[in-house]
Amino acid sequence: MSSITYGKHLFARSRKIQRQQTRVAYLFLLPALLFFFGFVVFPMGMGIYTSFFNYTMRDFDFVGFANYAELFRDATFGRSVVNTMIIAVASVPLVMLFSLWVATVIYQKPVMSRSFYRGVFYLPVVMGSVPVVVVWKWIFNRYYGILNWVTQTLGITQANINWLGDARYAIWCILAILFTTSIGQPIVLYVASLGNVDASQIEASEVDGASKWQTFRHVKWPSLLPTTLYVAVITTINSFQCFALIQLLTSGGPNGSTSTVMYYLYDTAFRIYRYGYANAMGVVLAIIIAAFSAFQFRVMRTDD
Amino acid sequence: MQKSMTREQRNMRSPYMIIMTVLLILVSLFFIFPFYWIITGSFKSTAELNIIPPHWFPMEPTTMHYERLFVEPSFQWLLNSFIMSLISMILVCIVASMAGYVLAKKRFPGRVAIFSLLVAAMALPRQAILIPLVRIMNTLGLHDSLWAVILPSIGWPFGLFLMKQFAEGIPGEMIEAARIDGAGEVNTFLRIVMPMLKPAFGALAIFTFIIVWNDYMMQLVMLASRAKLSIALGIATLQAEFGTNYGLIMAGATMGSVPIVLIFVLFQKYFTQGIALGAVKG
Repeated sequence: MSSITYGKHLFARSRKIQRQQTRVAYLFLLPALLFFFGFVVFPMGMGIYTSFFNYTMRDFDFVGFANYAELFRDATFGRSVVNTMIIAVASVPLVMLFSLWVATVIYQKPVMSRSFYRGVFYLPVVMGSVPVVVVWKWIFNRYYGILNWVTQTLGITQANINWLGDARYAIWCILAILFTTSIGQPIVLYVASLGNVDASQIEASEVDGASKWQTFRHVKWPSLLPTTLYVAVITTINSFQCFALIQLLTSGGPNGSTSTVMYYLYDTAFRIYRYGYANAMGVVLAIIIAAFSAFQFRVMRTDD
Repeated sequence: MQKSMTREQRNMRSPYMIIMTVLLILVSLFFIFPFYWIITGSFKSTAELNIIPPHWFPMEPTTMHYERLFVEPSFQWLLNSFIMSLISMILVCIVASMAGYVLAKKRFPGRVAIFSLLVAAMALPRQAILIPLVRIMNTLGLHDSLWAVILPSIGWPFGLFLMKQFAEGIPGEMIEAARIDGAGEVNTFLRIVMPMLKPAFGALAIFTFIIVWNDYMMQLVMLASRAKLSIALGIATLQAEFGTNYGLIMAGATMGSVPIVLIFVLFQKYFTQGIALGAVKG
């Protein structure tokens, strides 16, 4: 057999192997793709498509951009967007600073107490939003809640405050609970990445007489930046999707003062059954989240 | 090593560290208190629940709220949550490990396109597809069944990333060696790849279990009849129906949170590993 035909033979053989490999790869991917297309991509397409329809229990009429136009005039939607922004803008720096602080305190502790604290701050996440919310609802109760007793005993307040029923306080109560359910994951992430900071560099800067703050600012912080970015993004997304808290605690009240986009979407779809309008909200929410994430990426990237 | 140990020990005893630790303990109480308040509240009598100043501990413990809770199909709710979480957990592990393995270890046309699509989907809010999902489940005749919660949880590509991340660490020579020994694709996957992915399975399993257990929103839109509720949904229903009967609601909340917290404590190691790993990808 001449070397040329042998080469051709090899080439054909490797092509055959490649084809077979491709077939195997797609067979392994098949279940994942089936679920992904069936329960993520297809519903997403459906959501976008139906957002251009007046879609209710009875009707299904094409209305073009009418749903989107209505969103801009809808005062409750505006209020919900503002609340969602407030929640995100307030919770992102708070969550970041607090979880970073906890992480710097616990990452040098012995393994046992480190995982104890990690567990403690993860507790509200693991318990699930429903148990967390029902107990806070009791804590905040105007007459039977422990919070009014505590604040009065400490002399901070005089009369019983209707924490959740008063538009001035309700959103802050929600923020406080959201905070307790948001910091578990950032702490785990920060502890992990603090462990990756080069110990010899820290030591070198201490030998050089750098203060604790200087060591942190110039040695640890730069290597924490990717984690910080990730924390900012997931905290933003979590705050944008804040739903269970609102639904169980205030139902968006009083007077829409605590409604968020996610809650308003749910309310529109499952209480007044305007599916098309609600889907338009979902699309807008998705765009806002994508824009925020992109913005954060840009800000953090140019920082270093 | 010796040197860094002493440095750390010195750090631990510094006044700065002591102040910080005290602060940390105070803050921790704030995070533990709700859990404590749920459990103790479930054993207080109705009179004791409404006393001001509040009792920090039930003085006359009673099981009256649990007796009332068991009139509801609360064991069924708990069982439903377990079944949903368990089935999702198993299916996610199988589906994600198969896909993650080939995305990490095989080169084939369409690989980059598929992967980019999955990444893009991760950034989108899951809730934006809630209404279409309800519609799909209605069409499939699965609405108000546990499958309506299980199936969408498998479509979400998070587990796939975790598995891909992990599978990239498997040495290619090991897979080649198995191939040369005459093992087929399926056998290679079962005998070589799966055992290597063990830590990732631990992380993904516990992660999925907790996520599905606590996926209140999906449960809320998918489950309707009383016997089909999850425990989270059951508690929410109790609150809607019994308002300020805090004893009953706290008994429900105890039943809903204690099992999942125990599971978390048992598998915490895998859980934290998984989160740290998932973040590497970002």
